[in-house]
Amino acid sequence: MALTVDDTTLTEKGLDAPELKLGRVLLLACGALAHEILALKRLNNWGHMDLQCLPAKYHLYPDKIPAAVEQAVHKHRDDYETIFVVYADCGTGGLLQAKCAELGVEMVAGPHCYSFFEGNDVFAKTSEDEITAFYLTDFLVKQFDAFIMKPMGLDRHPELRDMYFGNYTKVVYQAQVNDPTLDAKAQACADKLGLPLERRFTGYGDLETALADI
Amino acid sequence: MSEEQDDIILSELSDDELVLQMYDDLYDGMREEIEESVHILLNRGWVPYDVLTKALVEGMRIVGIDFRDGILFVPEVLLAANSMKGGMAILKPLLAETGAPRLGNMVIGTVKGDIHDIGKNLVTMMMEGAGFEVKDLGINNPVENYLDELEAGEYDILGMSALLTTTMPYMKVVIDTMVEKGMRDDYVVLVGGAPLNEEFGKAIGADAYCRDAAVAVETAKEYMAKKHNQMSA
Repeated sequence: MALTVDDTTLTEKGLDAPELKLGRVLLLACGALAHEILALKRLNNWGHMDLQCLPAKYHLYPDKIPAAVEQAVHKHRDDYETIFVVYADCGTGGLLQAKCAELGVEMVAGPHCYSFFEGNDVFAKTSEDEITAFYLTDFLVKQFDAFIMKPMGLDRHPELRDMYFGNYTKVVYQAQVNDPTLDAKAQACADKLGLPLERRFTGYGDLETALADI
Repeated sequence: MSEEQDDIILSELSDDELVLQMYDDLYDGMREEIEESVHILLNRGWVPYDVLTKALVEGMRIVGIDFRDGILFVPEVLLAANSMKGGMAILKPLLAETGAPRLGNMVIGTVKGDIHDIGKNLVTMMMEGAGFEVKDLGINNPVENYLDELEAGEYDILGMSALLTTTMPYMKVVIDTMVEKGMRDDYVVLVGGAPLNEEFGKAIGADAYCRDAAVAVETAKEYMAKKHNQMSA
């Protein structure tokens, strides 16, 4: 079934778990991963998995993520055999991992979604040589204004751009799907930051294997 | 802060009014107005150190309080800092000429693997404003950069900054190396950056975690006062 919720809703409010619990596994995910998870569900016929997403904007305040995950786990614990947290560390500095361990639930390995999309092993090797790269995923390309331009004040004060991005040398767009519209948007994002664009098709990377292992 | 900004002729304000106006202009990130006001005060015979401390630093202190309290956010603080930078650029050569109190010397830098420098730059500016001599090593510093600079000069404080949870553990590498070389106790080590907290600062063996630039300045002053007291005891 196609996802009807729009990206702004995924950013601001997330996505509620279905009222009718059809699956025995709940994927408790970041809203930024909703489209990818639903695509993987369709591709792999993972009908045993339901999806709930927390607002993607929590990435702007990572300290909110562990508490929000804990609340959702408690809420749905009795409804599912397994709850799997579809977040990487995501700037929580290990606090999300600790919280998941405390709650007895598993989560995706890796520091960020742009690491597991590329593949954590590959990313660990390449990222050391790429510290001046600014990463975008499909979702971040679509929600560039909500995650970059507005919170950083660049929509109101473009003169701040070089204070934020002066040390970066390129934008790396990790494409999960092949979509010329997104490619054009990614180029526009890079232009706004005054940086050259490098496009890499990653597909779903380690996200797919992590979900397949549940 | 005010829609009447265009109507205000800075040169017609009294000193007290002008300083208050500078607080507003810093708050609103109006660099040109700040630069003009600095020139006005200097032309009226203010010593550069007073312009710096009574107008710019005090104005940024107010900005810092409202940032801490969630009234101002990063973009506004950056605009304010940019304005202060404009004022500082005028004052810095004059401060060197006229002599200004020196509280201590600091080395600061963002750690290896990390290119984020907004917080570090704010701390540098506020420390300089408070009377510290600061050597800024920039971004992506391996341990050798910090240690070589500390050994090359006469420093009191080492400041390290990181924005990423993946790079902040490198601070411990630097501190552990200082311990190995027997130089850890020669310096006050201050750490800061968005993902850090007090617990982390203690765990890696820093003297203090500073949650913002204002706290960094106050903490540095406290340590320098302690050092001064120990030396005179």
